[in-house]
Order: sequence, then structure tokens, then C-alpha cells
Amino acid sequence: MDAILNQVPIGIAIGAVLLLAALGLNFTFGQMGVINMAHGEFMMVGAYTAFVTHAWFDLNPDYALLLAVPAAFALTGLLGLALEAGVIRHFYGRPLDTLLLTFGVGLVLQQIARDVFGAPNVDVPAPAWLAGGVDVLGIRLHHARLFILALAVLCVVAIAYYLNRSRPGRQMRAVLHNRDLAAITGIPTRRVDATTFFLGSGLAGIAGVALTLIGPTGPTLGHNYIVDAFLVVVVGGLGQLRGTILAALALGLLNAFSEFWTDASLAKVIVFVAIIGFLQARPQGMFTVRSRALT
Amino acid sequence: MTAEDTRATTRPAPTAASAAIPDPRPTPLARARDPLTVVALVAAALLVLPLFLDQFRLNLFAQYLCYAIVAIGIALAWGRGGMLTLGHGVYFGLGGYALAMHLTLARVAEDPMAQGGLPDFMVWSGLETLPLLWRPFANPAFALFAVVAVPGLVAALLGWSVFRQRVRGAYFAILNQALAAAFVILLVGQQHLTGGTNGLTDFPTFAGNDLYSPEAQWVVYVIVVVTTALVYLMFRHVAGSRYGSLLVAVRDGEDRVRFLGYNPTWVKTLAYALSAMAAGLAGALFVPVMGIISPEMLGVVPSITFVLAVAIGGRYSIAGAAVGAVVMNAAQTTFSESFAGGWIYLQGLLFVVVIVFAPRGLAGVVQSTTAALQRARRARATGGTPDSTHRTSDTPQGTDASGSPR
Amino acid sequence: MGRARPGSAATSLLAATTLALSGCGPAGGSEDGDTVRVGMLHSLSGTMAISEVTVRDSVQLAIDEINDDGGVLGRQIEPIEEDGASDEATFAEKAQKLLQSDDVATVFGGWTSASRKAMLPVFERNNGLLWYPVQYEGLEASDNIVYTGATTNQQIVPALDYLVEQGHESLYLIGSDYVFPRTANQIITAYAEANDLEIIEEEYTPLGHTEYSTITGEIEREEPDAVFNTLNGDSNVSFFQQLRSAGVTPDDTPVLSVSVAEQEIDGIGVENIEGHPVAWNYYQTTETPANEDFVSAFQDAYGEDRVTSDPMQSAYNAVYLWAAAVEEAESFEVDDVRAALDGIERDAPEGPITIDGDTQHLAKTSRVGEVNEDGLIDQVWSSEEPIEPDPYLTGYDWADDITEVEEGE
Repeated sequence: MDAILNQVPIGIAIGAVLLLAALGLNFTFGQMGVINMAHGEFMMVGAYTAFVTHAWFDLNPDYALLLAVPAAFALTGLLGLALEAGVIRHFYGRPLDTLLLTFGVGLVLQQIARDVFGAPNVDVPAPAWLAGGVDVLGIRLHHARLFILALAVLCVVAIAYYLNRSRPGRQMRAVLHNRDLAAITGIPTRRVDATTFFLGSGLAGIAGVALTLIGPTGPTLGHNYIVDAFLVVVVGGLGQLRGTILAALALGLLNAFSEFWTDASLAKVIVFVAIIGFLQARPQGMFTVRSRALT
Repeated sequence: MTAEDTRATTRPAPTAASAAIPDPRPTPLARARDPLTVVALVAAALLVLPLFLDQFRLNLFAQYLCYAIVAIGIALAWGRGGMLTLGHGVYFGLGGYALAMHLTLARVAEDPMAQGGLPDFMVWSGLETLPLLWRPFANPAFALFAVVAVPGLVAALLGWSVFRQRVRGAYFAILNQALAAAFVILLVGQQHLTGGTNGLTDFPTFAGNDLYSPEAQWVVYVIVVVTTALVYLMFRHVAGSRYGSLLVAVRDGEDRVRFLGYNPTWVKTLAYALSAMAAGLAGALFVPVMGIISPEMLGVVPSITFVLAVAIGGRYSIAGAAVGAVVMNAAQTTFSESFAGGWIYLQGLLFVVVIVFAPRGLAGVVQSTTAALQRARRARATGGTPDSTHRTSDTPQGTDASGSPR
Repeated sequence: MGRARPGSAATSLLAATTLALSGCGPAGGSEDGDTVRVGMLHSLSGTMAISEVTVRDSVQLAIDEINDDGGVLGRQIEPIEEDGASDEATFAEKAQKLLQSDDVATVFGGWTSASRKAMLPVFERNNGLLWYPVQYEGLEASDNIVYTGATTNQQIVPALDYLVEQGHESLYLIGSDYVFPRTANQIITAYAEANDLEIIEEEYTPLGHTEYSTITGEIEREEPDAVFNTLNGDSNVSFFQQLRSAGVTPDDTPVLSVSVAEQEIDGIGVENIEGHPVAWNYYQTTETPANEDFVSAFQDAYGEDRVTSDPMQSAYNAVYLWAAAVEEAESFEVDDVRAALDGIERDAPEGPITIDGDTQHLAKTSRVGEVNEDGLIDQVWSSEEPIEPDPYLTGYDWADDITEVEEGE
């Protein structure tokens, strides 16, 4: 029984990682319909930012990681902004083209990372205060996992505040619901698009920093997460923050439990079949934007 | 896309609109010219290329043709049907493994060392009898049938279940991608059935013939060339038929087609299944050509590469897609032989440049060049302004390929 | 274009392919009087590039050294390099190119079992000779491959002996899901039955898997005496990181790895793996005169911060062994070289090695080491003498079930 209970925090932890990876996509893909395959590479850039803060600037690993979070957010955000301004804005409404386009961008970013940092993985030492864990009611909670969970919660709260309370956030939602109407009411849709892309890409950077705590930091880091992250957004429903959260947790738990009862290989397949089944019932994901627009 | 265009493309027999949207079906002249060109190409591939290329290069060319067959299928599903299939590695793999397993069983059957008539990986994995799943594959006829039937069936099932729920566009693309990821994990994980990451390799005989002899390699080459030509002609026929028009109509306005009384689910499922069957066939041909099939070739990245070849060649043109696959793979070989690391940069930039500047690929470049030349000629002849109403039928205007207007 | 201009499609197809193919067309011809061509076939791109590039560097170093010494049979070695791109089909394709178009005398290459299996039929068909530098799962002995890494009885079996010697009674097996770990674990299970070791669990994860909390949780709960780790590549990084944050230390539960060498330690993070044992035949710290020379030559050539590892050393030896066999045979022909292989000896960085002509494997010394705080590996145990290769484990009664199939050979 204990063993089964133990899977709950593990599932939530997997969910938190998925959530971090998917939050950014919730903006770029969910709000804007851009399939950014380079999102994974943005995570990779975030992870290397964490590496650089400690290796090049020689900062103490105990707080280098904390500095890396905003640094990675800004850096990948700007990278996303450049991508948006440079090419993607010509492709709005053509998600499949952006997919192929950003795949090419991703390839180039990977190779740049390989040439700058070398092909082998680099070591990003975790702060000492993240080693070990605590026992709660016989369940072991690792500090690194708790940190990722906290980071995810923090991001969610910030995003929720931004979307619901701030003026640019509400403008963003207005554009999502009806772009033309928003433009007519005087919302600068171009600027909103750029901001959305900046935020989405920046979140990928934060996810990348978090990933250094649990996995290898190498040129292909993003590749491991990108498909799963997209699935989370699809299951949650486009542009739906609560959907993304619920889907990430559900997929995380499903993954943890199916791995527990079968094995890691089969767990992935089970999750995939479950998603196909789920989309049979709810093809638009858990939540949808209600709209009267004819598509 | 304007309503005018939609109505024109959906109507099975265009009349007045045919000036703006030319009849997608070939004229009798073109219909006769097309197979003739193909026959000429086949003859050239069989008679001319061997003069210039050694056995190894010829084999490489056969390999590119396998990719071209996949590209032809994708051009139908994606270019005509608007279904971006990022999981064609799966169907390529299903076809490849079906034949490869037959060849493996044939090898084992003749190998007195093999215990219980089992391939080595099954023995290592503790199997004592041949799993039920693979028994029928000992029969060459069944294996050849399965090469096309299994991918077709899987694609039909998957396609029907998602198209019925109107899952499309980006959703469909991502589901396909996840399918490729899950398929590879399954192949690797079921090592006792599939040989795991090693895949299947070493196929000395087929139906009693030595596959390694130079003559057999030549026969394989001929088969690949002829099959490519036949698949091309068949897909051109499908694309030019009434069904082909309907498919384009579904791409451009699924709901509108539904209102006209057609069921888009079946239209899309058929195209998707056909394209999967082409991929399965290509996978099977790949096996005797390369002598190996393994999960590494079937995952997310190879599947995207299939699609990129089509994008480079021109997604709206079936011939363009085939050429794109051959050119891209040939370029990859050339570049990776001369400077390996740089290939990635070049490949990445190529994708960006093609998508940004030539969204209709090589075919689009060729087409607009010819169109420009024709216009210039006509302008000179008539002395009037260039004819701007003439547009291609296969390219959607102002919408995404998935048909969702911005 | 489509229907509109099939003719142009046709022309461009033909033109493009003829160009592309003939541009890199048949290299043709055999080696001239001054040089002899050899192939180098490793992954320079893709996921395996991390490991294989280091092996490539070692092969290049050996070739340069031999050339500086006057070459082989008076000829300079001219390496022809191809990229396997971490993809089995590419390995098969490039092997074919090297043998058929470039007409090389031999090929040094491969890393994964899958790449070796993919190349094997190509080498057998064209009667080529491949020097494969990595420890592997055994149960193979092709006439067209020389295996310069360890087979199972020179790595896994000694590692188990070591664990038993240390008084461990229960093992947890974790591996990536492919042939090497699966075969290794079969051998371990058979060994365990014969030696009263308890196997607590046998877990596999997909290649590239990064989520190990379920497994580290189980290790924490079940408290095995030791873990036998056959994970490959990147997965080791996640596994050791998550193991450490789960609070499992090498003192409680040592994790013995057979696929983690000096090269991988930095990426895993020294702090995550320090104190855990690994099993190989060679470490950078191995104390032999030949190794001092090898390490300093390698660092001179590629940089002071570079480390050397077992597969790198095996690849380096392979070139010298081939050269010695060629000198012995006085011929570059594969059949002659093969006939000369048996008994070729060398004082390698790992100590004395000898080619066994029957299996075309090497007799070599087995070593267990522990990762130290500098990210290098200190030897803690060794078999003292070279162990004869036994790829089919015919000399071990407990292994009968695994190998009876192959004994017919």
C-alpha cells in the first residue's frame, strides 16, 4: 500500500515537469496556434543558461540556480521574440508551416549548442540545499522535486494573475477569443502577439533550468520532452490554463502508475492509447474556448 | 480563401469557375504525356544510370526511391488532404518489419544452428516457440500482403477514430507524432518479438533466391524503380479523379463538404490509409535494398524528415514530392560524406529558407518560373497585360493547409 | 507543378540525381604504392556522437603515430572517414561504401550493438574486416569482426565475482531496454542462481529515459545490497542524479555500472556518482608504462582536459593490432591478415593483450574501479592476469541455458 501511495508524489512530480514544459506551449501553441518545435531547444537554451551561470561566471551553485531562472526566462524570451519578429509572424494561421519551420530552427540551435558547449552532456551541479528529501506520512518527497513543483506553482500563479488581472493579459485573452473584434476595439494585436511569444518562450527557459535538476544537460535535452509537452496542451485544450494543469497532472499520475504496474516502456504506450481514447470523448481537450465563430 | 473559391473547388464538375480554378483532372494530352514521361524516366533509370554509377551508388539511388514512395503518399494525404502526418515512420516500419520478419524466418529455417527455428533475439529473450503473431509471416505471400494491408488497416482505424471526432490540423499532427514516439518505444520494448533496438538485419534469401548476389541486387533495383513508377501513376490517378477533387474540397472546407452530403471522415480516412500503404510498401522495399530495418529509422525525427522532403519538393505536387525526397536524401549523402557536422546547419537552414521563401517547394519554384515565362510570352503576343486570373488548382489560397482560415 | 509540367519534374529528377550521385561518384581504384586506405566509421552526429567522437580521436591518434613511425609495410595509412550518424542503416550504408567504393583494407568503427549487427552482414558479404572497440554482450564470433573490447566473461562475470567477494547477497538490476542489458541480465540471473545471490528486481527503461523516481523509490524501499547498472548513455545522468536526491549513497547501496567510463562522469556530475564502482578493463589511472605514453600523447594531441576511457583505449589498440597482423602477414588482404591474427600480442595501456584466433576476441585483464572526487576512476580490484575470451560462456556450467544454442559452432 505504501508503495502505491508513494507513486502519488512521483506522479505529481512528473506532472510538474510536464506542466513546466507545457506552460510555455500553452501560450505559443494554445493562444497563438504556432506549433513551435524549437520550444524543446528553448528549454535546452534555458538549461545551458544554468550551466553558464555557474561555469562561466563561477557563481556558487547554491544560488547560481536561483539567478539562472530569471536569466533563462529573459534570454529564451528574447530568442523567442527574435524568432517571432523574424519569421513566425509571416506564418500566422499556418500552424503546420510553423511546425516545419521551427523544426529547422531547432536543428540549427542544437548544432550551435554542440559547437559551443561540445556534444557531451555538461554538469550543472544542484545546490546543496536541494539534495536529499523529507518523509511525510511515510512518503518520501525529494527536495529537487519539491523545488520543481514550487517553481511550477509559482509560474501558474503568475500566469493566472497576468491573464486575469493585468491589462496586457486581458488583451491577450481578448485576442484569443476574437482577433478581429479585439483589433477593432483598439487592442494592438501585433504587440500582443509579440508579448505572448516572449512569455511562452521565456517559460521554456524556466523549464530548462528545472530540467537540469533531474536529467542530462545536453544539446538534445528538449527532444525528450517536446512530444509529451504538446500532448499535455492538446489534452488540456488549447489556451486553457486549468486544462494544461489538469492534463499535466493526469498524464503524470497515469505515467507513474502504469510504470509501477507494468514497466517504463509499456507505460508510455499506455499513456498514448489513453490519450487517443480521451480525444474520442473530448476531441477539443478538457476545456474549450466557447465561441460562436464559424470555423 | 473566399467563398467563391470554396464553392468552385467543392463542385465535382466545375463549369463557369474553371477559368479561375482549372479542372484538376488532366487533359487527354497531359494524361497521355504523363505515363510516357514516367516510362522514359524508368528506362533512363534502368539503362542510363547504371552506366554512371557503381553498385553501391545504384543501391543508394534505390534507397532514395523508397523515400520517394513515402513522399508520394504524404503528398496525397498532406498536400491534397491537408492532413499533416508526422508519423509515417510507423507505416514505413510496419511494412518493413513485415517483410524483414519473413526474411528472417526464411534465414532461420535454412540455418541448422538456429534453435527451434527461432531468430537469435527470440532465443536470448527466452522464447521457445515462434510467437503466434509471426507464424503467418513464414509464408512469403502472406508477408507481401501484410506489407500493404497492415499499414493500411492501422491507418484506417486510427484515421477513422480521429477524423470521426473531427480532430484535425495541428491536433492531428501532434497525435501522429506521439504515435511515432509510442511505436518506437513499443518496438524497442518488445525485444522478444521485434529484436529491440538492433532491429532486423541479415537477409540472405527470398523465396529460395540468394539476395546477396549481384544479379539479385539488380533485380531488387529494377523492382524498386518499377514500383516507384507504378505508385506514382496510381497516386496521380487518384489525385486527378473525382475523389481527388473531393479530397481537396475537404481540405479547404470540411464543414461545407459535409453540408453537401458527403462524409469527410471517409474521404480523409481513405487518403490517409492509401498514403500509409505507400509508406508500408516503401518500408518493405527498403529492407532488401539496405539489408536492415530498425526502430531508429522510424521515430519522430525520421518521420518529420519524410515530411520535410515533401515540403522541399512541393507538397501540392505529387511529382514534386517524389523529386524532393530524392534530391534531399542525395544532398544529405553528399554533404555528410564531405562535411558531417555542417550538414545539420545546412539542413536546418534549407528547411527555413524553403518554408519561408518557397512554401510550395521546388515544384512551386519551377511552376511559377514557367508561368512567368508563359505570361511574358503571352503578353508579348497579345500586347496586353499579363493574365493574372490563371492560378493553380492544387494550392489553397489564403488558408493554412489544414483549411482553417485565420 | 503537378500535372502541369510532368516533363520538367522528370528532367529535374534525372538531372538532380545524376548530379548528386555522380558528384560523389565512385572513388574507384585501389590504393597506390605509397598509402593504404582504411575506413573510420563512427557517429559524428546524432545521439551517439558524444561517445563515438572520442573513439574516433583515438583511432586517428594511433594512425598518426604509426604513420610517423614509417607506416605499415612501408605504406602510410590513409584514413577515409564516414559518419554513422547514430543510425544503423547509415552504418550499413557507409560500411558498404567503404568496402565497395573506397576499397579499404580494413575498417575501425561501431559502438552500439545495433550498429555492429547492422554492419555484420555487409562485412561478411564483402569479406571485409571490422575492428569493433566496445565491450558488448557476447554470443557472437564473426570471421569478419575483431572484437577488441571485453566480452561478458571479461567484464560482467568478474564484476559479479567482485560483488560476491564484497559480501553482497542481493542485487537490483536496472538497464536500458536493448540487447546488451537484456543479455547481461540473463547472465547475471544465471550466475545468481548458481551463487546464492538474490535478484530483487529486474527493470528496463527505454533508451534516453529520464524519469527514474519510480525506480529510485523502489531501490530505497527494497534496500538491495547492490545495484547492477546496465543503463546506457544519457539515462545514467538522470538515474544517478535522482538516486542521490533520493538519499541513496554508495555506502548503503553501491551501484556498479558497466557502461559508465571517464568520458561520461562529467556529464553525470562527479558529486552524483562519486564512490560508486564501475567495471572495465582499463582506466585512465591504470599503471602501465604504455598507458603513461598513451594518456600524454592523447592529451598533447587533443587537449589537457581530455580524459581517456576503455573504449578509446580499445580502439587505439585495434589500429596497432591490425598493423602488427599486416606486418606478420606481409599483406593487406583480409584473408591473409585474418590468418595472421592468432597470437598477436601487445603491451597495451591496459596491460598485455593477445588475440585469440578462434573467436577473434582479446585476452585481457578485468578491473573494477571506484569513481573518485576528480571524476577519474581508481582501481580497487583486478583479475591480475589476462582472462581468455569466452564469448559463448562455454567454460561456465551455470551459463548452459543461455548458450546451449550456440555451442554447435
